[in-house]
Amino acid sequence: MTKSGVKREGIMGTLSGWLYLAPALAFLIFFMVYPLIDVFIYSFEEGYNSASQTYFGIGGYNYSYVLRDPYFLQAVKNTFILVIFTVPISTILALLISLALNSIEKLKKLFQTIYFLPYVTNTLAVGLVFMILFRKTPYTDGLINMMIKALGMTTVDFIEGPYWAKMLVLCVYVIWIVMPFKILILTSALASVNPVYYKAARIDGASKTRIFFKITLPMISPMIFYLVITGFIGAFKAYSDAVAIFGVDLNAAGMNTMVGYVYDMLYGDGGGYPSYASAAAIILFAIVLTITVINLIVSKKTAPKG
Amino acid sequence: MPKNQDIIKLERTAKTKSAIFKTLMYIFLAFWGVVVLFPFYWMVLSSIKSYASYMGERLPKFVATDPTFENYINAFTQVPLAKYFLNTLIFTLITTALMMLVIVFAAYAFARLDFKGKSLLFVGFLALMMIPNELVIITNFVTITNMNLRNTFLGLILPSVTSVFYIYLLKENFEQVPDELYYAAKVDGTSDLKYLFKVMIPVCRPTIITVIILKVIECWNSYVWPRLITDDANYFLVSNGIQEIRENGFGRDNIPAMMAAVVAVSLPLIILFLIFRNKIMEGVSREGTKG
Amino acid sequence: MEVRLEHLTKIFPSRDKKGSEVVAVNDFDFTIPEGKLIGLLGPSGCGKSTVLYMICGLEMPTSGKIYFGEDDVTDVPSEKRGAGLVFQNYALYPHLTVRQNITFPLENLKGDEKLTKEQRNQKALEAAKLVQIEGLMDRKPGEMSGGQQQRVAIARALVKMPKVLLMDEPLSNLDARLRLQTREEIRRIQKATGITTIFVTHDQEEAMSISDMIVVMKDGIFQQMDAPQKVYDDPVNLFVAKFLGTPAINVFEAEVKDKKLYIGEDMVMDKVNVKDGPVWCGIRPEGFILDEEGALHCSLTGVDVMGRDTSIVSTNPKMTGLNIRSIISAEDLKLTSKDSVRFNIKRTKTLLFDKETEARVYYD
Repeated sequence: MTKSGVKREGIMGTLSGWLYLAPALAFLIFFMVYPLIDVFIYSFEEGYNSASQTYFGIGGYNYSYVLRDPYFLQAVKNTFILVIFTVPISTILALLISLALNSIEKLKKLFQTIYFLPYVTNTLAVGLVFMILFRKTPYTDGLINMMIKALGMTTVDFIEGPYWAKMLVLCVYVIWIVMPFKILILTSALASVNPVYYKAARIDGASKTRIFFKITLPMISPMIFYLVITGFIGAFKAYSDAVAIFGVDLNAAGMNTMVGYVYDMLYGDGGGYPSYASAAAIILFAIVLTITVINLIVSKKTAPKG
Repeated sequence: MPKNQDIIKLERTAKTKSAIFKTLMYIFLAFWGVVVLFPFYWMVLSSIKSYASYMGERLPKFVATDPTFENYINAFTQVPLAKYFLNTLIFTLITTALMMLVIVFAAYAFARLDFKGKSLLFVGFLALMMIPNELVIITNFVTITNMNLRNTFLGLILPSVTSVFYIYLLKENFEQVPDELYYAAKVDGTSDLKYLFKVMIPVCRPTIITVIILKVIECWNSYVWPRLITDDANYFLVSNGIQEIRENGFGRDNIPAMMAAVVAVSLPLIILFLIFRNKIMEGVSREGTKG
Repeated sequence: MEVRLEHLTKIFPSRDKKGSEVVAVNDFDFTIPEGKLIGLLGPSGCGKSTVLYMICGLEMPTSGKIYFGEDDVTDVPSEKRGAGLVFQNYALYPHLTVRQNITFPLENLKGDEKLTKEQRNQKALEAAKLVQIEGLMDRKPGEMSGGQQQRVAIARALVKMPKVLLMDEPLSNLDARLRLQTREEIRRIQKATGITTIFVTHDQEEAMSISDMIVVMKDGIFQQMDAPQKVYDDPVNLFVAKFLGTPAINVFEAEVKDKKLYIGEDMVMDKVNVKDGPVWCGIRPEGFILDEEGALHCSLTGVDVMGRDTSIVSTNPKMTGLNIRSIISAEDLKLTSKDSVRFNIKRTKTLLFDKETEARVYYD
């Protein structure tokens, strides 16, 4: 039998095929393909005025402006710190939790359900709760500071206080938000390891740690790499988490992220500069692309053969 | 025999060891459970404390001494939370419905129909999956602004009615329906369109429901695009609404009322999640394993 | 309804640019008489299903024409052609009940043919009764055995009274016992309805037992169309001879000299009216007569007792396959030696084929 199946050859078949695709194509071309080209054009148009839709010339000025803008440099610094801390911590923590989940039977479903909750919650809404837990006001130190006090340390305002404290809250919140996805993926990866391998290893007298490093880890390493790569991409695009905790004016709080800088350039009090926004967005994605490629190379090199 | 007793002893230590191990595991898991649940507990707790008693607590209390629903009433009367809810509901329903229509047809064309240029087009689609939203949002913002669609539902909805990923997901699912079913339907006198609605969609119902739920979650929580495209509070969705309430909501720093709003915003999705737990988790893990 | 194929050809373009195109069906030109059950027989991948798909309109022929009765249906789309199709894997709609599956084709009828719900259910019940599944009308396909599902599939194909019923290896997914039972069932249903039926199979025994006529094809090329016994007794070429019959026909390298047929040194048959030269000589297993003085010398390998008959397994240097299998009725079995055996051969069971073309050579 032919695998290609029923052929509706000729113009009619082609016409109906494209007809079914037409709505999707129209939307994608208008809202994805065209903007993708346009963003590059914007980024090279110097002195673009969004009211008159005119520009002075073509060149790299937008890029050099963005790269010299202290707000952008702050955003880059913030984003990198966020990435460097949240990606490894969340991945390792998720791995530990998934391993623990995999070793129990009772209450497993309950734990899994609870752990997934942050995935379906509104980032902005729950961020508000984090802010309240961490902040210090004239009336109250807040819950976290109360605990810090109980441990005999000095309290600190995590929301409007020193930079490291603010960064800490942001990292904690980002990790809290990204954990559900990672736990879910790793638990299903662990569950899909064929139990035959474990049985064989136990008969061979391998210890638990040995089994983990020699069997489990290599078997789920593709998924870990996948999580690291998507984790990097996701963390580089962090934005609403920061807004949720520090409010809309992230530049004032010194907690802006690169994506936040793009949006602020586009719209809001400092907005109206799609050219700067485009340049910043392209710089961001050049960075993300580079890191993803590096990640892929590393994962190819270390992946188990065969 | 002494040897036998040794074995019993060994077994006993092994048992104790594994019991200790299990207990440690449960403690660890329970700890993370608390970390996850605590913010939820805290928001519910704060939302039922009265403003006076909340402000009176120099040290936050873990229980509400005088539980009240006043904050919920305030949340829905003093700020236009109900309006935000309605907007979000309209936005979510229309966007999801439109998207399903668009992607079902597209997925069907890719999975079932044969036409010139199909494989090339599909490669193009896959390439689009790599395009981050942040890159295209700038032009879309300018486009929608120039079309005078800011502060309209149309402007909110239009850019999110297609999803390459969901087309891909559905296409994969459609392709698992055996060819013979299509042939049988053809010979039985069914048109392509009728086959799609009478056979393909019912057979693939589980995946379609999953896609719908995931899209509803996405819509309900969407923040960035609505923020860019609306500055009239009449068109705010809940995410922007919450932000608005936070910045200039209840006049004073009325945390309990704010928390009541947060609970109200979070609750629909939590209920949805508890109902469709398996479908959602399955769908998300499929999303994860696509790569 | 009579089905006529006129120079029907289907060519598939090559998968990649380098590969050559595949001629799946090459110049089929024959007529299937009304009300008959035709077995379309050939090895896997020889284009049988493509023929079927062209007849029901799922594949468009590259050239040639298809007629249902007097109507040229070549360009009629499958949904309007009025054929019924039954698949190997049943292809029942998994989300519909048996009743809904059977009424499905009826819901597509339009205009004058449109039926009310009662009429549809009535027709479905009749079809279900015909295949004896009327008790399962509210089940879903997943809750039924393979045999039951195949009956539903047949009922679904029959319910709209198709002009022609096409069955694509309908028994292949069933276990041996069910296959036998369903085979007889299909025969009965076909007789009862009188619908022209084409039954595709690669199983020659299945085709022999069920068909009024057999069409044998190979690599897209039509070989022979005849009644089953005729195809067996009188194959047109070596391929058809080898494809039909279990155990398979025994093929020897033989030579005709002076109107005498030699296998090696043994002169096995005389009055062979063909010109001298090498030929293929096929002898059916039942064409051997055990004889101490027999002409054909073979070395004995073993004896398989099969109850009624006995199969003698022997070898001969001129035999093309591994062993000669001859079937001797048990009472005639008198073996005198442990390692050799001699046969005479029956003239009617001996077929000669051209050494080059493998076409049948008639010698009487």
